[in-house]
Amino acid sequence: MTNQPGADLHLPEGRRAGQFCVNILHYWRAMWGIIGRELWRFVTQRERFISALVRPLVWLFVFAAGFRAALGLAITPPYETYILYEVYITPGLIGMIQLFNGMQSSLSMVYDREMGSMRILMVCPLPRWFLLLSKLLAGTGVSILQVYVFLAIAWFYDIHAPWQGYLWVLPTLMLSGLMLGALGLLLSSFIKQLENFAGVMNFVIFPMFFMSTALYPLWKMKESSVLLSKLAQYNPFSQAVELIRFALYGQFNQHAFVYTSVAFLVFMTAAIIGYNPSKGMMMRKGGA
Amino acid sequence: MKQPIALSIEDLSFSYGGKKALDRVSFEIRSGECTLLLGPNGAGKSTLFSLITRLYDTREGRIELCGFDIKQQTSKALAKLGVVFQQTTLDMDLSVMQNLRYHTALHGMGRKQAMQRIQQELERLNMFDRRFERIRQLNGGHRRRVEIARALLHKPALLLLDEPTVGLDVPSRLAIVEYVHQLASEEKLAVLWASHLIDEVYPDDHLIVLHKGRIKANGTVDEVLKTTNTSMVKDAFYTLTQGEQA
Repeated sequence: MTNQPGADLHLPEGRRAGQFCVNILHYWRAMWGIIGRELWRFVTQRERFISALVRPLVWLFVFAAGFRAALGLAITPPYETYILYEVYITPGLIGMIQLFNGMQSSLSMVYDREMGSMRILMVCPLPRWFLLLSKLLAGTGVSILQVYVFLAIAWFYDIHAPWQGYLWVLPTLMLSGLMLGALGLLLSSFIKQLENFAGVMNFVIFPMFFMSTALYPLWKMKESSVLLSKLAQYNPFSQAVELIRFALYGQFNQHAFVYTSVAFLVFMTAAIIGYNPSKGMMMRKGGA
Repeated sequence: MKQPIALSIEDLSFSYGGKKALDRVSFEIRSGECTLLLGPNGAGKSTLFSLITRLYDTREGRIELCGFDIKQQTSKALAKLGVVFQQTTLDMDLSVMQNLRYHTALHGMGRKQAMQRIQQELERLNMFDRRFERIRQLNGGHRRRVEIARALLHKPALLLLDEPTVGLDVPSRLAIVEYVHQLASEEKLAVLWASHLIDEVYPDDHLIVLHKGRIKANGTVDEVLKTTNTSMVKDAFYTLTQGEQA
């Protein structure tokens, strides 16, 4: 080695503007390092890619086809005509992809923590909130990839949205993916062992999915249970699904946008606290 | 001339609930010094490492890396630190190169600099030809070498090793012990090596014996032998820990 150990590998001190640029570059490189790693892992894990697609496709081809006759749908915004149940359920299935992806990311965080690879991330010289946010962005990127492949398959199944909708939906997918990913992060900060993750399926994923507008509209739910419709209304997953539904038809649902954004901020803040060694659950669990 | 202090620990205490894991631990490690941290299971070695790496919060006492307080100046302090954890922390499904590139990205290195540093470190450990192999294809000794190379990529001032030779065969173990000692003497790297294998101690090493969360001995090998009135590190260790297994 020619340099002294611990010597700064970057610019000399005193050049504050230059140092600031180096810091920004450091953050940028680290973020792309984390995102690149996640994307690479996802692309190379073919089984994960296929199973992520099979789940919503089974719902679309089997469940929705069977339900088509049983469920009559009135014309409700953003739809301007009567629609098939498959069309109604598509935004819900997009939400489902992102929900499962968020939980999958959280599962991999718990796995990484048990296997120790999380430690390498946590001991790098960047703030934890930034590392967690980068992880979250990586997971969201993966979920968006899955959603577009799903939408392409659905297109061949005659489920068409206006072409602008496919563009409009991108920023909403970003927000909904971040919100559901942040929920996953939060849960992973509470889960001590991989075995406990089954509980998340039973107590988080299923209730969140079934008590939402993913499968039935609110007014339809109200006909059978007012309580259920209220729970669905306040479920952040419902709001994410409605945000996606409206965006897919070129419309902006302000209420759903605000609700989803606030939910993201709440989940993310709680997750950052959960991973903070001074305040969070890491102390109880014995480190990352 | 005395070398600068790379790690300074002052009155460090830590408890799990009511159980004290570390009790007023204080010591210093200087550049170029290889410090062996010996202690039986449950002595507090892993807790100490978790505190130095900021995986746990320092509530009582103070830890400084190259003058940076780990709690107040976390990023600056962590930038000076290279760590090899006891458990493998490599991604098994990625290649050696991908694992190392990930680390360089986390430390903000550009592509050119990263490739240069990866080549330097892998060549020193005779692993450069295997850079495109998946970690899963490597044996335990080679995985450890990759982890050591990774810990050194950003040129840390302090290298922490948490029982890095556990589960390795004798030749791999000896090669790693030799290499790390060489890093300390030739590169002036400060090394803190937690171990339970007494034969990994070299005569010139600095020795810290930790038992039940307290430091029982802190000094050169000669000083520890003198204090305990023994002629071998093994005997000194047994005397200090009342015969508990390392």
